[in-house]
Amino acid sequence: MIQTLEPILREHPFFHGMEDQHVRLIAGCSKNVRFGEGQVIFREGDPADHFYLIREGLVSVQFVIPHDGLTTMLTVGGGEVLGWSWLFPPYRWHFDARAQQPTHALAFDGKCLRAKCDEDHDLGYEIYKRFMQVVTERLEATRLQLLDIYGTHA
Amino acid sequence: MAPMLEQTEVVTAGLVPDPMLPVPYRIQRVRQETDDTFTLEILPEDSGKGFSFAPGQFNMLYVFGVGEVPISISSDPDDAPLLKHTTRVVGTVTKAMRKLKRGEIMGIRGPFGSHWPVEQAAGRDVVIVAGGIGLAPLRPALYRLMAEREKFRRIVLLYGTRTPEDMLYRHELEQWRGKFDLEIEVTVDRAASTWRGNVGVVTTMIPRAPFSPSNTFAMICGPEVMMRFTVMELLKRGVAAERIYLSAERNMKCGIGFCGHCQYGPTFVCKDGPVFAFPSIAPILGKSEI
Amino acid sequence: MRTLRAMTAGPLHVGDSVVVEREHLEQLLQALVSRGYEVVGPTLREGAIVYDHLTSTEDLPSGWTDEQAGGKYRLKRRQDHALFAYVVGPHSWKKFLCPPLQRLWQAARNGKGMRILPEEEPATPKYAFFGVRACELSAIAIQDKVFLDGQFVDPGYKARRENLFLLAVNCGLAGGNCFCASMNTGPKATSGFDLALTELSQNGRHYFLAELGSVRGAEILAAVPHQPANDADKQHAERILDDTTRHMGRRLDTRGIKELLYRNYEHPQWDNVTERCLSCANCTMVCPTCFCTTVEDVTDLTGEHAERWRRWDSCFSVDFSYIHGGSVRATPRSRYRQWMTHKLATWIDQFGVSGCVGCGRCITWCPVGIDITVEAGAIRESDSVKAPADQSKDSA
Repeated sequence: MIQTLEPILREHPFFHGMEDQHVRLIAGCSKNVRFGEGQVIFREGDPADHFYLIREGLVSVQFVIPHDGLTTMLTVGGGEVLGWSWLFPPYRWHFDARAQQPTHALAFDGKCLRAKCDEDHDLGYEIYKRFMQVVTERLEATRLQLLDIYGTHA
Repeated sequence: MAPMLEQTEVVTAGLVPDPMLPVPYRIQRVRQETDDTFTLEILPEDSGKGFSFAPGQFNMLYVFGVGEVPISISSDPDDAPLLKHTTRVVGTVTKAMRKLKRGEIMGIRGPFGSHWPVEQAAGRDVVIVAGGIGLAPLRPALYRLMAEREKFRRIVLLYGTRTPEDMLYRHELEQWRGKFDLEIEVTVDRAASTWRGNVGVVTTMIPRAPFSPSNTFAMICGPEVMMRFTVMELLKRGVAAERIYLSAERNMKCGIGFCGHCQYGPTFVCKDGPVFAFPSIAPILGKSEI
Repeated sequence: MRTLRAMTAGPLHVGDSVVVEREHLEQLLQALVSRGYEVVGPTLREGAIVYDHLTSTEDLPSGWTDEQAGGKYRLKRRQDHALFAYVVGPHSWKKFLCPPLQRLWQAARNGKGMRILPEEEPATPKYAFFGVRACELSAIAIQDKVFLDGQFVDPGYKARRENLFLLAVNCGLAGGNCFCASMNTGPKATSGFDLALTELSQNGRHYFLAELGSVRGAEILAAVPHQPANDADKQHAERILDDTTRHMGRRLDTRGIKELLYRNYEHPQWDNVTERCLSCANCTMVCPTCFCTTVEDVTDLTGEHAERWRRWDSCFSVDFSYIHGGSVRATPRSRYRQWMTHKLATWIDQFGVSGCVGCGRCITWCPVGIDITVEAGAIRESDSVKAPADQSKDSA
C-alpha cells in the first residue's frame, strides 16, 4: 500500500488554501528526501527539475566568487521553499545548495508538475501564485541585505 | 535577585541635583567586542554618586576636553553601580573614547530616558529582535528577564548582524542559551561558507519563530530600516501593536529636554524615548527627514 | 490681598487701575533701580529699537515708530513724544532669560583624576523688563513651560525668572506683521505682569493707565505719584486696544492647525518655500519662543583645563540633526518644515500651547520676507484632506 504524502503536504504552509484535488495532483509528483550534513543538493548549472519544501534542517544557497571562494547568500530553513528555476527555461540552477544540517524535505518533480500545469491551468494559477509570493518575499529580504543596514552610515 | 522595577520606580536623574554636571567615573576595563565596537566598564569615583537604572535608559558619556555622546547602558541593572557601555567608533568623541585606558577618568550624566517595560511582559511570550549593535540596549532587558525567568513564557531572541565577526556578546549568548531556557536564533547578512548558521536578514526569521502572536510582548532595537520591517513582520503575524516596543536614536546635546536637538515629530527622544511603544511613533516611523 | 498706603490716593489692590502722569514715569523707573533691579527696555540703536540697559526714561525711543513688512524694518519719526508707539524689534527678552552664551561648568584634570567645578552664579542679575508687550508675556510663559515645568528644571533660568519684575505695555498700535489677535496673546496684557501700562494722550496731556498685576507691582507704584483711574480713562484705554485689535497686520487661521500640518507633511508648499528659504536661521534667532541650544566642549592648550559652554542653536543648521554618518534633516525643505511644524503643531502636543505668539518678528527679519501666516494659509488652501465643515474650535 502506497502511503501518499497528501496529509504531509496539507500541513505545510505553502499549501494552505489549496483545493484537495490540486494537492492530490501535486502529491503525485512528490517524494520524501533526506540530506546529510554537508551534502550537496544541487550545483550551479545542473538541470533544475525539482523544487524542495524544507520540513526540518538548514540549507545554504551558495555561489563561488573568484577570490572570495564559496559564499553563502542565504539559508533556507524549515517551512521554507528552495528553488524556483524549474518554472522557467532554461530550467538550470543559478547557484549551489548544500545542507548545513541533516535536512528532511519534500522534493517535487518539476518536469512532472510543469506538464500538469499545462493541462490544468487552475492548478498552474495556484502554483504560480504561491511561487510569486515566495519570490517577492525573497526579493524584499535581499533588498534589505543589499542596503547593508549595519554599515556605519546606517 | 532584585525585585522587578515597577514603572513608578524608574530611577532618573530628576533626583540628581544638577543633571547638567558630569559625575567622574573610573574605567575598570576596556573590552574589544568586534573590530569597531568596544565596551567600557566603569565605576563612580565617589561611591555615593552611583545609581541604578532601568533597562533601555542611556547616559551622556563625557571624554575630558573632547565632548559628550549619548550611549545606552548595556549592563545588568543588578550590578549597579557598575555600568557598561558598548559603542561603535563613529566620530570624534567615540574615537577618543576608544583610546581611554583602564584607570582613566570620564564623566557620566544620567540615567536618562524611558525604559523597556519588561514588567508588561509577565505571563507572555517575549520576542526580542536585535540588529547589529542594537543588542547592546537590549541586554539589560535580557538580564531582567532571566532574573525572574518563571514570570515569562517563551523567550525568543532573534539577532542579526552583518557578518559572524560582528556579533556581540557571543560567549554570553551561548551561556544563556544553555542555562536559561532562552531560544536564540542568529543570522548574518553575509558569510563565508565556513559559517554553519542562518544567512539572511533578521526579519526572515520572524515568520518561523516559536511564539504565540496573540500573547506576545516584543522589543526591537537596531537600524531604523530594520526596525520598520521587523514591526511589519510582527504585525503580519498578529502581534498586538501596543505590545511592540522600539528604541529610537537622534542627535542629543543635553539629554534632558532643553536643547531641542533630539526631537522626533512631537517627541523628544531623550525624555519621551528612547524606548517607544510602537503606536506612539507609528505616524512618523518611516517618514523621511522627520 | 495686602493693601498698601499710597502716596497720593487710597490703598492699592491687585487688579486696581491708577493713572500716572508722564512726568512721574521717571520716578517709577528709579523706584526699580533703587530696589536693586537692573532695568532693561527698548532703546534706539543703529536704526532699530532693541532691548538694552536703561538708565532713565530718556533712553526710551520717544517719538519714534516702526514700519514692518516681510523682510522690512524702518524707523520713522512721529510728531509727538510717545514713548511706546512701536511694536517689537529684533531682540526678544530671551536674550536675558536664556543668555546666548553661557558657561555651564569648568573641569580640571590632575594625574588620573578629574574635578568638575560648577559655575558659581555671580549674583544672579535681578532684571526689571521695562515695556514688555502682551505677546512677549505669552512667550515668557511658554519658555517657562520648557525650562520649569518638565521633569528637569534649568536652574539658571529659574533663578533669573524668580527675580524678574515685569512692567508690561499694552500696544497702542498694531505692527505690519503683527497677529497676536489670531494667537490669543494680545494686544492686551491680561496676566503674568507686575504692572501693565497703557500710554494715553488727550488734549496735550500725556499719561499712563497702570494696572496692578501683583503685590510687587503695587509696592513699586505706591512709591510713585498717582491717582485712581476713572471710567473715562479706562474706556479710552479700551478703545485704543480695540482699535489695535482691529488693525492687525496679519492674520493666522488656527482652527485645527495641528492636524492640518500633521496631514500635510508632503504638501507641495514645502517645495515652494524651499525655493526662497536660505536656511539663514534669522527667524529662530529673533523668535521669542525658540529655545534650541547646543553645547561646546573646549580645552586649553595644556589639556588640563576644560570647559563646557552652551549657546543658542538653530534647527536650520545642517548638522543640527546629525547622527553617525549624516543628518536626518539633510534638505533645507525638511528643515523649514521642521521649524514651522514645530512652531504651530508639535509644540501643542509637547507643551499644551502653540509655540507662536504672533509677534511677526520672523516675517520682518527674514531676508526674503517669508511669511508664516501666508505659508500656513497656502497649506490650508489646498489641504490634502478637507476638514469637516463644522470644525471651528481653536486648536491652541
